[in-house]
Amino acid sequence: MFFAPAMLLILLFVAYPVFATIGVSLFSSDGKFAGLANYGEVLGSPDTVNLNGFPKPPPFGTLIHSAIWIGIHLPLSLFLGLWLALVLRNVKGASWVKTAIFIGMVTPLIIGGILMLYIYDGSIGIVPKFFGALGIQGLAVGWMQRPTTLLFGLIFGSVWLWTGFSLIVYSAGLTTIPKDYWEAAQVDGTSTFRMFTRVTFPLLKPMTIVVITMTILWELKIFDLVIGATSPQGGVGGAADVLALQMYRYAFVEIPARRGVAAAVATFLSILTMVATASTIRYMVKR
Amino acid sequence: MIHVFAWALAVGWLFPFVGLTMAAFRPIPEIIGGWWNFDHFTPTLAKFGSAINAIGTGIGNSFLIAIPGTLIPMFVATLAGYGFARFSFPMRDYLFLTVVMLMTIPQQMVAIPIFQIMLGLHLANTVLSLVILHSAWGLPWIVLFMRNFISALPKEVEEAAHVDGASDLKVFFKIVLPMALPALGAVAVLQFMWVWNDFFFAVILCPADVSCMPATVALIRTIGRFEFDPGLLAAGSLLVMLVPVVLYAVLQRYYIRGMIGWTIKG
Repeated sequence: MFFAPAMLLILLFVAYPVFATIGVSLFSSDGKFAGLANYGEVLGSPDTVNLNGFPKPPPFGTLIHSAIWIGIHLPLSLFLGLWLALVLRNVKGASWVKTAIFIGMVTPLIIGGILMLYIYDGSIGIVPKFFGALGIQGLAVGWMQRPTTLLFGLIFGSVWLWTGFSLIVYSAGLTTIPKDYWEAAQVDGTSTFRMFTRVTFPLLKPMTIVVITMTILWELKIFDLVIGATSPQGGVGGAADVLALQMYRYAFVEIPARRGVAAAVATFLSILTMVATASTIRYMVKR
Repeated sequence: MIHVFAWALAVGWLFPFVGLTMAAFRPIPEIIGGWWNFDHFTPTLAKFGSAINAIGTGIGNSFLIAIPGTLIPMFVATLAGYGFARFSFPMRDYLFLTVVMLMTIPQQMVAIPIFQIMLGLHLANTVLSLVILHSAWGLPWIVLFMRNFISALPKEVEEAAHVDGASDLKVFFKIVLPMALPALGAVAVLQFMWVWNDFFFAVILCPADVSCMPATVALIRTIGRFEFDPGLLAAGSLLVMLVPVVLYAVLQRYYIRGMIGWTIKG
């Protein structure tokens, strides 16, 4: 009685479609059973992995782009948020600063993508003008039109939008640490750095797990930001293409649609997100 | 010193939004050298007028989708969350774990079958299709959130009511639901923003039809429909983000509680 409406909706519009997508991924476009051929096509496609002639500018393919996203975006947003949370403890009106930083998190991500067009624009954008003023002409150009700067520009833009999350989570975490700990350490003459590595950071471990998991999910699933700033093709030559966008393009933009291959991309993406969250989910359910 | 730094940082963090605002209020040639250049300063509301013409219907649709898309899953999920928290039955924990696992599934994983189902139900290109989809899609996280909140509530009141002969449903409506109101506030804010901000589901189910497309899709369509007008796009973007930002500013406490609640304590 209590479960019926929820289970009905979840079964029809979440659980069934998940399995149906796996089903679709096993068939070719003309309806013949194809086994794992679509998966092979995805992994073999230059859309997914494209490292021929490396080193070279992007595109490197969606899978490599995801790895780059995680490699740059995860440490930057995590430590920036943590550092800000620590610094803002001693600031009057810190809640206003946090609110300002957090606005990026409540802004529709598609508008986050549109914002990139303005920030990185060659003639009105603040970033190129900034590098122009520093005399770095190579970066004083429209970032979104060049493959080398496009991918990294979006990653940095995403750090700007997402840092609010790790800031808020770490701020909440810091309030759970009793003040005595720091006071005791101060009496003992412990250095600030030692204090951080030995006391604060270990005590924040639950928050770190949450931030890492949610941030990796954000990076793997990124879609709105990229399509808002570029196109269904993922910008010049696909230089900012990502898995979610690749799936969308195969299934809903290309004519004729390649639903089987698109479903295989979606399944890949789901496997990646499940691997990234498996341990955290166990931790969230246990209590 | 540290105060100055913190405040400078907050202002700097908002610069991109300031830039967007300038692009919306001022003629583009005026800000070619950068929006911080005030040699000529002639703000105008003209672009907001064109933006309302272009995406006004979309903003209305966004409300039509987000309000029921918030209320329906809240109610349905609280029922289920109560069930998970208070009744034990075989396989309960496995069922719950399955529901929670669905939370991490990317939207792309359901997109193709959802599109086909909605076509089959003759619901493609309707507001209703998005209401249904968002209601279902929001359930896993709200069930988890409400189950955790309800299991932390004291059982005694409910037990007393049961002893007095109240039915399960009566206990739910008269006792559990009122006690769950603070959690429901947090859920409402998060779910509403999530639905309002959604782009992917909307562009799948309503890619081009003005009668159903929400503001996020309508906004992107302005890029292709006319000659690219940065002022119009900026004004439209401000209008669309106004709703979640104001909601966040007013209900910040609930928002943060929800965010922290379901990521950390959850």
